[in-house]
Amino acid sequence: MNNTPSPPPASDAPRRTIDIVNASLKRRYARERRFRRLGAFAVALGLSFVVLLFTDIVSKGYTAFAQTYIQLPLNLSAEVIDPSGSREPATLAAANYTKLIRDALRQQFPDLTERQALRRLYALVSVGAGDLVREQVLAEPALIGTTPELWVLADDDIDMLVKGNIDRTAAPEDRRVSDETIGWVTQLEQQGRVAKRFNTIFLTHGTSREPELAGIAGALMGSFYTLLLTLLLSFPIGVGAALYLEEFAPKNRWTDLIEVNINNLAAVPSIVFGLLGLAVFIGFFGIPRSTPLVAALVMTIMTLPTIIIASRVALKSVPPSIREAALGVGASALQTQFHHVLPLALPGMLTGAIIGMARALGESAPLLMIGMIAFIVDIPSGFTDSATVLPVQIFLWADSPERAFVERTSAAIIVLLAFLFLMNLAAVLLRRKFERRW
Amino acid sequence: MSTTVEAMDKAMSVMTSAELASAQHSRETVGDFTAAEPRMVCRNVDVWYGNKQAIKNVSLDIGKNEVVSMIGPSGCGKSTFLRSLNRMNDTIVDCRVTGSIQLDGEEIYDKKLDPVPLRARVGMVFQKPNPFPKSIYENVAYGPRIHGLTNNKAELDELVEASLQKAGLWKEVKERLDQPGTGLSGGQQQRLCIARTIAVSPEVILMDEPCSALDPIATAIVEELIDELRQNYSIAIVTHSMQQAARVSQRTAYFHLGDLIEVGETNHIFTNPQHKLTEDYITGRFG
Repeated sequence: MNNTPSPPPASDAPRRTIDIVNASLKRRYARERRFRRLGAFAVALGLSFVVLLFTDIVSKGYTAFAQTYIQLPLNLSAEVIDPSGSREPATLAAANYTKLIRDALRQQFPDLTERQALRRLYALVSVGAGDLVREQVLAEPALIGTTPELWVLADDDIDMLVKGNIDRTAAPEDRRVSDETIGWVTQLEQQGRVAKRFNTIFLTHGTSREPELAGIAGALMGSFYTLLLTLLLSFPIGVGAALYLEEFAPKNRWTDLIEVNINNLAAVPSIVFGLLGLAVFIGFFGIPRSTPLVAALVMTIMTLPTIIIASRVALKSVPPSIREAALGVGASALQTQFHHVLPLALPGMLTGAIIGMARALGESAPLLMIGMIAFIVDIPSGFTDSATVLPVQIFLWADSPERAFVERTSAAIIVLLAFLFLMNLAAVLLRRKFERRW
Repeated sequence: MSTTVEAMDKAMSVMTSAELASAQHSRETVGDFTAAEPRMVCRNVDVWYGNKQAIKNVSLDIGKNEVVSMIGPSGCGKSTFLRSLNRMNDTIVDCRVTGSIQLDGEEIYDKKLDPVPLRARVGMVFQKPNPFPKSIYENVAYGPRIHGLTNNKAELDELVEASLQKAGLWKEVKERLDQPGTGLSGGQQQRLCIARTIAVSPEVILMDEPCSALDPIATAIVEELIDELRQNYSIAIVTHSMQQAARVSQRTAYFHLGDLIEVGETNHIFTNPQHKLTEDYITGRFG
């Protein structure tokens, strides 16, 4: 096509098409540029919100992965811990380690004699510090009889003070830590006895009323058992239902009705599934509440529509020529599905299932109805142990008044987001792996 | 009789195709639709899609060791007819077949007859090459495996090789049997599909425009192959190319809007068509 400007046509001559086209060209390109800019702006806006979200959560939460400890020389004398000298775990466990810690603390501040002041001094360390020392001694009985410098878990207020979340210059009545305590902490800091160490408690312990002793392991295991069972139940049922509806069911008013209802179920607010679970699974079938079992059943019902819809789309996208090819060599309908159609539809089905699982992992509303909101300290070890799940744990911690729970809430969100990210990554990788064979 | 037909045809040449359809309801087939040694015998076959009749009262035989080609303009029902010969139409909702279609004297639309073994006896090659997204070996071995035609791996290997040999593909693929069948060229894929079909030793092979997606060289190879396959199988082929029909088939059937207009020896049909519609079509006046 000739794009060079042509001489203006004589007024009586008809206008050439190319002139009309050229005249409108500028306007068309301008419209395209505007549209592109709008699109880029939308993407930038979306990304900036994501960045904002992550920065906020990470900046609030990363400090929870470190925890303040106080180094104290503990006199683990054999007479106190193991008077009989048998080194039996039962004897070792029964010893009063809290007293040992208190003795060590008193040694650091020999001037203090008043009972009230001593009680305030003892509050420097966590109420669970003795239990942690006990675990250490049980794991390492050779410590008995020596006076090792052990790192003792500090109280959450001290932790906040050391992390700078409590302003030391503020008026004494405006902060939770008194001048006296700050003096003690400063003295210990000057001796190099205060340090922030990696917070293994957060990852290995169940929840607790004391922030410094609270961990996400219980919620994590609860989520793990719930999701595992949800996947085991919903994937086969969902794929089976999709296969039947898409490939075998007669197309009539009943299947239309079923299809409409499945689509409706996918849009039902999740708390409704919680009510259903409460009424049917707990009320009628008597399944113990607060357990991964009942949670998984509710989650299965909730994720089934998602998986069925995704699986049907995946089945629809398998070219009919493959079905004809299989039928043409004499494969039965079932063989056609299982040998040829399912393997091709599997990546799409897996993606749907993982997206459904990711939704189930982040869901809290229906679980509140079936008792997953209970305060459960023990780490569940099966499908019928009382448990809670990550999002509910986050909800519970967010509700707690202690300052130290703020960073734990954010840290738990980081862990939850990390798992969601991993699951979505798995969906992408699985899809890519299986699609290569296509 | 012939004068009335001619008069009707003259009138029809100025009609639209829709009017043609209604005016031409029960047209008699010109020519002899029987074969000397029939394998498949079709009598008075009607095929309906819901309320629409796609095939009207068609009778046609497919004989032993012969290639029958079916030609006709788009939408004339030739593919529909072909697909009703191995009950491939069963997969289409609302599709009904009436009349009699027999394979070696056995009624294939009998309620007691299982379409699964039928499709092993009446194989099919499709318009677009549709190898399974598996290895070349697996493509050919799939049919024998599900039917349990071989007892061990060695026999299966042999059968795969023999099938690929017959399809003229062995020399090209013997070094890469484990590579995906979808990685072959279009013509090779179609021959792979033919190898897959003959691996289950069918009695009749149906081919639905097997060369329409192939270039002339690949087409020539497949046509040669069809001619060789005739030694062992009965073949029905639907084609848009009249040259192809003339080259590969012994008998030709001309379909028009669901009617079988004319059937006969291929060279007769192309040199001396009896029916006006056939003549118009093969001389390129429409279609």
